[in-house]
Amino acid sequence: MSVQDLPIDPPVRWPSNGLSEVPFRVYTDPEQYRLEQERIFKGPSWSYLCLAGEIADPGDWVATTVGEVAVIVARGDDGAINAFVNRCAHRGNLLCITRKGHAKEITCIYHGWSYDLAGHLTGVAFARGVKGQGGMPPEFRKDERHLQRLRVAELCGLVFGTFDEDVEDLETYLGPLVVGGMKRVLNRPYHVIGRSTQILPNNWKLYAENVKDTYHASILHSFLTTFRINRLSMPGSINIDDSGGNHFSQAKLDYAAEDADYKAAKLRSDTDLKLQDNSVTEAFDEYGDQVSVQILTVFPNMVLQQVRNTIAVRVIRPKAVDCTELDWVHLGFDDDDEAMTERRLRQGNLIGAAGYIAMEDGCVGGFVQRALQYNDAGSGVVMMGGHDAQSQTFRASEAAIRGFWKKYRAVMGG
Amino acid sequence: MADDKVRLGIHELIAAYSDCIDDDRLEEWPDFFVEDCRYLITDRESHREGLRHGVIYCASRGMLIDRVTSTRRVLMYEPHRYRHIVGPVRVGAMTDGTAEATSNFIAVRIMHDGETGIFATGRYLDRIDVRSEPYRFIERVVVLDSRKIDTLLAIPL
Repeated sequence: MSVQDLPIDPPVRWPSNGLSEVPFRVYTDPEQYRLEQERIFKGPSWSYLCLAGEIADPGDWVATTVGEVAVIVARGDDGAINAFVNRCAHRGNLLCITRKGHAKEITCIYHGWSYDLAGHLTGVAFARGVKGQGGMPPEFRKDERHLQRLRVAELCGLVFGTFDEDVEDLETYLGPLVVGGMKRVLNRPYHVIGRSTQILPNNWKLYAENVKDTYHASILHSFLTTFRINRLSMPGSINIDDSGGNHFSQAKLDYAAEDADYKAAKLRSDTDLKLQDNSVTEAFDEYGDQVSVQILTVFPNMVLQQVRNTIAVRVIRPKAVDCTELDWVHLGFDDDDEAMTERRLRQGNLIGAAGYIAMEDGCVGGFVQRALQYNDAGSGVVMMGGHDAQSQTFRASEAAIRGFWKKYRAVMGG
Repeated sequence: MADDKVRLGIHELIAAYSDCIDDDRLEEWPDFFVEDCRYLITDRESHREGLRHGVIYCASRGMLIDRVTSTRRVLMYEPHRYRHIVGPVRVGAMTDGTAEATSNFIAVRIMHDGETGIFATGRYLDRIDVRSEPYRFIERVVVLDSRKIDTLLAIPL
């Protein structure tokens, strides 16, 4: 057992064993952040890696991160997806420097060590020396120097990886509810229609909580209420897996009533703010179940969203204790016609760094982080809807946030 | 090839556009566009790959007006403004009263507390209606050099 494996208590202490109080220092403590990298991201969690479609052909690779750890995901000659650390076994150099590429093998630029697409060390430059001098000693064995591999699993065209040998398989990890929520949204072949990255000036967990927070949506995002898009009476639900870490929330919409409302609004002559062009919100019930918003999370780093007809994967990438990057991968379906594509593009204004109902999430975490600066004693409160992390048939609740902390504490200890 | 008068008009339009945003006269911003316009903020890599989604995607002047209304009266963000520095404008092909133009820009963001930094750099790809004055954008594609946006993008570029 290495020193690192010794069971030490995390530096942040919890006020109780309950889930509804969160110590502020959990967002500010650098040692806590370091321990999260070990225990969560390199621990028994399935992290989102990439879309299977990004590495469609043998030889395709993408460079990504699991927590802050650099990882390569590659499609091998046999068609299988492999993931391994982006760190040369020789001197620790970064092997893949750009975001994606295509190669027969992966060669380190520093000393020319080469690996196949499964991370096996296949070549060592000058292994036998030069002119009979130098070279590796006879006890050096290439097969002992492979790149550390991650276990890989694919679901709905999303590729996940884990450093942990023992964590349950992906679908068990997600639980049947969340697997169902994922399959509902990604129910047919899809492709990328856009990408962007948002730099969030806050701890990664503030964003992880934000997407599980059904309480804030109609308050912080006043676009919804101003333009009467969000009806507080809309039926909805919060669905949380047994571990607490994974969830999806849903809100339904009476599409026909909204359409009638728009038509009525055009006849009204009151001075209320009105949209000049309603196409930004004009949605089509493409799943035929009236669900207009579904936000799904996978602990620790992925969000799958359906906001009306915008479909996106969001990847949460911790960069420092007070800095996070949020990657947005916007999707369209292969069977979209031009009208549907245009609809998705127009509704795209709702989400992302400039999104009418997402922009505020970019700054509010930073405001929390700033408020906690050298003022991080005490705890925040997440008691809306009770103290546990059970699924609920209403949304005025912080149950999914409590689920996050249930999972977090199970993995982190403390 | 556009004549000098048209060229000058295009230069004026592009300079006036940045002044409008930087002077916080956002209400006038939609008037720089024709009714049936397109305004897109994308990034270099997405643009090269032909990805059509934009951080902002407006396909009518009405959508621009909604952006302004939302920015002014609805959205919550920390007060800030931009200073655009637009480089030399190159006027390209002209067909049927539509001129193409390109220019490079730096947008500096000045926060309410004075914190100042480069927010975005990129390239404007414009198609401009020059049939009558005032000239207006038919299309303005803002191609950012970087895919990373710090915190949020509330004010148009």
